[in-house]
Amino acid sequence: MTTAISVSGLVKTFGRTRALDGLDLTVRTGEVHGFLGPNGSGKSTTIRVLLGLLRADAGETRLLGGDPWADATSLHRRLAYVPGDVSLWPNLSGGEVIDLLGRLRGGLDTRRRADLLERFDLDPTKKGRTYSKGNRQKVALVAALASNVELLILDEPTSGLDPLMEAVFQDCVTEERERGRTVLLSSHILAEVESLCDRVSIIRLGRTVETGTLSELRHLTRTSIAAELAAAPNGIADHPGVHDLKVDGSQVRFDVDTKELDSVLKRLTSVGVRSLTSQPPTLEELFLRHYEADMAAENGRHGGARSDQNNTGVAK
Amino acid sequence: MTATLAPPVTAPATRQHEGFAGTGTLLRLALRRDRIVASIWILLFVIMAASSSSASQDLYTTLESRVRAANAVNDTPATLALYGRVFDPTSLGAVSLIKLGAMGAALVALVAIFTVVRHTRAEEEAGRLELLGAAVVGRYASLTAALLLATGTSLVLALLTGLSLMGTGLPAAGALAFGLSWAGAGIAFAAVGALAAQVTESARTARGLAAAVLAAAYLLRAAGDATGTDTSTWLSWVSPIGWAQQVRPFAGDRWWVLMYLVAFAVLVAAGAYALAARRDHGAGLLAQKPGRATASPSLSSPLALAVRLQRGSVVGWLVGMAIGGLVLGSIASQVGEFLDTDQARDMIMKLGGERGIVDAFLSAEMGILAVVVSAFGISSAMRLRSEETALRVEPILATRIGRFRWAASHVVVALAGTTLLMIAVGVFGGFAHGAASGDMGAMGRVVVAALVQLPSVWVLTGITVLVFGAAPGLVMAGWGALVAFLLLGQLGPIFELPQWAMDISPFTHTPKLPGAEFTATPLVWLTVVAAALVAAGLAAFRRRDVG
Repeated sequence: MTTAISVSGLVKTFGRTRALDGLDLTVRTGEVHGFLGPNGSGKSTTIRVLLGLLRADAGETRLLGGDPWADATSLHRRLAYVPGDVSLWPNLSGGEVIDLLGRLRGGLDTRRRADLLERFDLDPTKKGRTYSKGNRQKVALVAALASNVELLILDEPTSGLDPLMEAVFQDCVTEERERGRTVLLSSHILAEVESLCDRVSIIRLGRTVETGTLSELRHLTRTSIAAELAAAPNGIADHPGVHDLKVDGSQVRFDVDTKELDSVLKRLTSVGVRSLTSQPPTLEELFLRHYEADMAAENGRHGGARSDQNNTGVAK
Repeated sequence: MTATLAPPVTAPATRQHEGFAGTGTLLRLALRRDRIVASIWILLFVIMAASSSSASQDLYTTLESRVRAANAVNDTPATLALYGRVFDPTSLGAVSLIKLGAMGAALVALVAIFTVVRHTRAEEEAGRLELLGAAVVGRYASLTAALLLATGTSLVLALLTGLSLMGTGLPAAGALAFGLSWAGAGIAFAAVGALAAQVTESARTARGLAAAVLAAAYLLRAAGDATGTDTSTWLSWVSPIGWAQQVRPFAGDRWWVLMYLVAFAVLVAAGAYALAARRDHGAGLLAQKPGRATASPSLSSPLALAVRLQRGSVVGWLVGMAIGGLVLGSIASQVGEFLDTDQARDMIMKLGGERGIVDAFLSAEMGILAVVVSAFGISSAMRLRSEETALRVEPILATRIGRFRWAASHVVVALAGTTLLMIAVGVFGGFAHGAASGDMGAMGRVVVAALVQLPSVWVLTGITVLVFGAAPGLVMAGWGALVAFLLLGQLGPIFELPQWAMDISPFTHTPKLPGAEFTATPLVWLTVVAAALVAAGLAAFRRRDVG
């Protein structure tokens, strides 16, 4: 399997801010790749580097086999981009923008354009200034999806869409994958990522913290277990990987690291299980753990600064 | 809670009052945003009035010279149309400020229109007003704040202008009347701007509509002043700019005419409030025309897009430059009689060259119009930056269009636009001059005189492109360069600056045609400099981050 995008050790600084701090990202040809991260974690900056709009300070970046900075125009024939914040020319109609972007990209499938306009319920005759955020987003989506390209780079493309249009968007992306196109999808809508993406990369503070298929990622996190046992449990509390244990007579509730799931279940069945429910971790929980880690790191940094002061005080 | 406790009689009053809630906050926000710009333009107007007054007082030292100059204006339809009538030829103030009466009032009115639209429709269109509207801000708050701001700045302007005119030795009453005639025009057209902002959905259209009303007002009074034999006809009395003139500062000081302007402003503003009460947020009275469902086949390149985006502004400028050419061309042949003091002749000769006062006048006017066209070139090239900051360039650059091609497209529009504008100046100026002097052969000379200005105009476009490419945050430096060159040209001779300092301005090197000899060398050099600036700017843009 070939790779459409490969990024390693990418660094980009703006003045003193280190927006990207050694980011890695691999998108295989033909997959839909979810690109997740809190606000300001560097998703859009990465995409701008991939589009050759920003110049990387360090790191290796390959896009469709070329260098995104040096080969920008030839690579751009083969990709379509939907920005997170779509801004249209006030005097141009949506239809004009779709055609213009399509032509600049090197061609537009007019049948697909008509089909998409209908599915997204978009009026192409309205002027740019009169569109709502969701409709501006639709203009950019139709322009991108109606182009004949190998790679779609979508930066939070559904941020202004209603649930109905969100469903249309998901259908469209599924169709794109069936045609063999590669999609890099930056998103905050986890249900969308869960249903569309083959693999996911989660970034934080300009670095990749997790990458892999959803099942691989789930493996790294915890499953919630609620069980009624034949007798009072023993040894569960000390079992490795068990967290937040609550025992009420023969009822137990706890979270367990997925890699310890098997041995914990063996321990439970040795006592005797009357009923058991287990909940696999959702992407949301996975994601929240990283968000919370982010906030904890932030707090820790403040706390650390304080204790440093204390330390220096003691040293004196 | 208070609403249920309050007697029912006061409920409508409370609700009406709510429409103005937050006006004070918005006014402070507007003042905060405008403090620098407003101070600069007020200062510019005050300096313009004071310097014009003191310069003219040096020029018209005797009563006889004053009357002669006033009669030169009053007897020529072209100058009557352009400036209006000197109502008292013996009054020093009336003669000194004739050029600034109606024209200054129109400029103040234009600033007032821009101020009001900027704080009403432009904010609404950008969506920022919605952010505020959801807070405790009434539906009349932004309209009221904008009108208060424009009225307040107009009154401050009136007071400072009056004081500065007194400072130059003119009578106090006339000085104040003059300032208030400007302020009256400002307040009247602030209301027009407010109404236009309610009528249209886009700020651009609102500005255009209000400016068209202003142009119509100016033309009405021009027709009224030019067609009257001894006084202005009724046409001048249906125009707010006409009313500003009819205050007759230094020539009777008719304070009651100011009431016309105030009444007009109140009526028009009431119309704006009535519309604001009825319309939806974001909507206007004139609905947007639906656009094309598909793009025309020609809209398929960055150049086509750049042309499409700047088309409207180029057409507007063309109309303006054609009118400017017509007016200046038509008065050029009469300039001999008009400027019949030795000092004035001397001044024009210095600015324009040595062969014939008419040629010198034409050359000086071409130089001024070239500065105006340079402003178009700068603002057109600055479109590069505004497209970038509005994030509209990213989708374009994510296609197979490279940075060079995209940026070059807007540069081509700027250069071609300035060329078209100078051609319009030359052709219309030459035609009017030829018709007025009865020698149509003069037309070609005027066209050439206009075209030799182009390389200097391009240098300013080039400076803007260079700054955009190399230091995009400082893109306003293009305007700074224009002001610097303008000051060098105007003040250099007065302060007797050394030649090397004068040589910094490209306009210093432009041959003073049609009077002087044609020399190609400076034109070639200026073109080379402009090309080098553009090339350096585009090269720098290819190397930097976008956004």
